[in-house]
Amino acid sequence: MSDLESLDQLQTGGFDPFADAEADDQAAGEYIHVRVQQRNGRKSLTTVQGIQESFDYKKVLKAFKKQFCCNGTVVEDVELGKVIQLQGDQRKNVHQFLVQEGIVKNKDLIKIHGF
Amino acid sequence: MADDETVLDTLLLYNLNEKNQYSVFSPGCNTQVPVFDPTMKKKKKKKVDLNLDDEGAGEEAPVAEVTEKVEDLGLDDLDFGKKKKKKKKTDDEDSAEAAVASAEGGEGGDDEDFKMSDLSALPSKKKKKKKKDIDLGDLDDIAAGDEPEADTKEEKTRVGSGLPWDGTTRDYHYEEILGRIFGMLRANNPELAGEKHKTILKPPEVLREGTKKTVFVNFMELCKAMHRQPDHVMGYLHAELGTSGSLDGQQRLIMKGRFTPKVFEGILRRYVNEYVICNMCKSTDTLLVREQRLFILRCQQCGASRSVQAIKTGFVAQVGRRKRA
Repeated sequence: MSDLESLDQLQTGGFDPFADAEADDQAAGEYIHVRVQQRNGRKSLTTVQGIQESFDYKKVLKAFKKQFCCNGTVVEDVELGKVIQLQGDQRKNVHQFLVQEGIVKNKDLIKIHGF
Repeated sequence: MADDETVLDTLLLYNLNEKNQYSVFSPGCNTQVPVFDPTMKKKKKKKVDLNLDDEGAGEEAPVAEVTEKVEDLGLDDLDFGKKKKKKKKTDDEDSAEAAVASAEGGEGGDDEDFKMSDLSALPSKKKKKKKKDIDLGDLDDIAAGDEPEADTKEEKTRVGSGLPWDGTTRDYHYEEILGRIFGMLRANNPELAGEKHKTILKPPEVLREGTKKTVFVNFMELCKAMHRQPDHVMGYLHAELGTSGSLDGQQRLIMKGRFTPKVFEGILRRYVNEYVICNMCKSTDTLLVREQRLFILRCQQCGASRSVQAIKTGFVAQVGRRKRA
């Protein structure tokens, strides 16, 4: 309750502000954004943006397609680089896949947008 | 725990006041006790001799006395016996914890307010001391309750005050008294009761316009409730949903695409988390200001500030017909 107590917690408690900052430095801008866009009718489109460049996008896409039973493509964007597009709402699948295959280190680095 | 401690102190305070100044209300304590007033005034005259000696070492004697009396009266459910009391007290503390748990938010400052009304006991005292205070408080309560004849008449007269002990001759339970003090506190000065004023947003009202557009009816209302610029909220909605839209003549938001209220709710929740709530104190009383091309969220409650991300649309795939070049 008192200020002193909370101060103590800040200094010693399990949370180390610097460790986090380092991780942030490394991971800055390395969020993977997964978005869903609506198309006509019940159809939708999933875009995956921000997978590290070191991965072979074509192979990742191939794995996506195989596993989710959907089609997809790699789109080259002027500003954002390569973006994977998938048919249908694959947000959950993509999230699961990325975590399972270790493409993303921390699942908090995946941001899911859309409804 | 600090809360019921202070409550006990306040309870104790009433008794102290009765004892010393012959007035029920202390000047610093502005909780009015309209219901309790007559009995208190009446009782205090009889009580004086009993109370005078329970300040210090004379604590035991009145307890025994009272215990006897109470047992004579057959009010054994109240546990005034010394041994029983110990047990009961722990029970009481537990239940008090439960009762107070709801009110126990981040109100570190509340102790401050109580302090001024607190004569005998400092809020920073340790558990042992507190126990003793409870003892004293209980003693006084007992002292107050050991003239059931007087009480009976008094209580019969004030029926309909909505209190649980209305119209009965029984003594008050700890929970009831605790509930009463919090009730009074809430009624008279709510900011002391540790009540977190929650900002409750209404659920978004959504209509369909044709088949391909959605109208967000109470968009403006929600923006005002969040204290955010409609443009900013709109930008976020558009970015998240990957669509476009605009405000219409009646200040409703029209979005391209079909969306359910649930969709908007989820997104607004995320918006509030990211752009409204203060990370330090969780209050929603914040301002979003732009400083050197950065958005800074400043809390009006605790003064903390943090930078927030600019709204980025990200990649938007080409949907529908391609524009003719």
